[in-house]
Amino acid sequence: MKELTCIVCPRGCHLLIDDNNKVSGNSCPRGEKYAIQEITDPRRTLTSTVRVDSKLLRVCPVKSVAPIKKDLVILAMKDVNKIHLKAPVKMGQVVCDNLAGSGVALVTTRDIKE
Amino acid sequence: MRKVDLLIIGGGSAGMAAAIKAYDEGIKDILILEKGEFLGGILNQCIHNGFGLHEFKEELTGPEFLTRFVNQVEERHIPYKLNSYVTSLTKDKVVTYVNSSEGAVQIEAKAIIMAAGCLERSAGAIGIPGERPAGVITAGQAQLYLNEYGYLVGKKVFILGSGDIGLIMARRMTLEGAKVLGVAELMPYSNGLNRNIQQCLIDFNIPLYLSHTVTNIIGKDKLEAIEISKVDDKLQPIKGTEQRFDVDTLMLSVGLLPNNALLNNIGIPQSRSRGSCVNEHMETEVEGIFSCGNVLHVHDLVDYVVEEGRLAGLGASIYLKGNLHKGEHEISTVAGDGIGYVVPSTIDLDNAMDSIEIKFRVRKPSKNVYIEYSCDGNVIKKVYKMAIIPSEMEIYKLDKKLLNKDYKTLKVSLVNKEDVK
Repeated sequence: MKELTCIVCPRGCHLLIDDNNKVSGNSCPRGEKYAIQEITDPRRTLTSTVRVDSKLLRVCPVKSVAPIKKDLVILAMKDVNKIHLKAPVKMGQVVCDNLAGSGVALVTTRDIKE
Repeated sequence: MRKVDLLIIGGGSAGMAAAIKAYDEGIKDILILEKGEFLGGILNQCIHNGFGLHEFKEELTGPEFLTRFVNQVEERHIPYKLNSYVTSLTKDKVVTYVNSSEGAVQIEAKAIIMAAGCLERSAGAIGIPGERPAGVITAGQAQLYLNEYGYLVGKKVFILGSGDIGLIMARRMTLEGAKVLGVAELMPYSNGLNRNIQQCLIDFNIPLYLSHTVTNIIGKDKLEAIEISKVDDKLQPIKGTEQRFDVDTLMLSVGLLPNNALLNNIGIPQSRSRGSCVNEHMETEVEGIFSCGNVLHVHDLVDYVVEEGRLAGLGASIYLKGNLHKGEHEISTVAGDGIGYVVPSTIDLDNAMDSIEIKFRVRKPSKNVYIEYSCDGNVIKKVYKMAIIPSEMEIYKLDKKLLNKDYKTLKVSLVNKEDVK
């Protein structure tokens, strides 16, 4: 039996998962999916910023389009810190197609016009 | 003097949502005044994800969420001015703002929606003992520096207060290479969301010191160290429990307060939420002045901020069409036992919609309780709650049919299960 805090939504349900992967304490099906994922292959969405040459901002926010393995998060920051963009930037633009070898892309999360 | 039908103070999520709703209800002469460089307010610096689960049924980052609203503002060609700071307003709805291209400008509005967001409580507000070196900064300010300007404010960090911004910043600064030594929380429970304790602290092995506070700040010009102590059940520091941390930054995440000086200054009564008293249409006692979002009461989810913005936008559009008149049957809400505040402060029964949103927060975490709604002593509704916490705002959609025109008050109270007959 393992205790977990669900991180899928702001509600933060207190989950219990037993050795047969039976989940309780969840308020929605996403909680069950999360608990099983969390004990077999924990993943996190990475959000950060990358440098940008722009009249308006020095950095541009980015995110991984899908959660990456939790162990890769710190390593992925090394890739993030190498990226240097030039304005204009369009929201959803791919800035790295394989973050820390995870196969997951990193995209921008805002428009920067100039 | 320039005139406008609807002036909106603040171009963040509440202000944009209000503008979009009012426009769609037929109000075309609108102006949004935004003090920052962009529309979107605080969401510009909230680069983490978790926004929009209610509004868009998907998980977005702050900038993605705000972009969807900016696009809606742009599609409608709703005028806005950036870098424009409102310095005063009067009961006659004359607003003065300043910006670098126009100087100081006065504008007269037929209706005003206040949507100026909230401010962080600062070091001065909580009276931290010790010296006053550089390196003590609020978590939101550090977030602005890092996420919009690209500056990391420190390398060895301690955080006072376990509000969500502090937790989010603990993770963010760790990812950017800073060492976060710990988070101290005065109360025996965290004020942040459970998910943030998990994904921002536990994921990175950052200790959370519950029932602890900062009792000394050490450093002449630049912060050198802080000292934390355990507190007793009266929240007083216990001698002999001091622990020292050598840090260059102390980040404060000790609460948010509505940025409501403009409405306070014209004498609009203040609610226990520290925002203005409003009715079910988010209208203050001054007809045609509305308030919504974090300037009214501090929310935990932006999804609810935009809903409230739309409600104010709807209210303003009804007012501008001449159809929002103060009725004769007004019910005042009261925060009863265990309840911190209730929004709205009054319900005008003649104007209210069939379902009235009652928003409130409890004072402390409670389990196995009822939320009781009573009018002039008569219980009209009881709702069971397995668990309820102060950091989550509660929203209850009250059926108007339960309210009687003779009622004067609606009291919301927290009742223990065993006390219910």
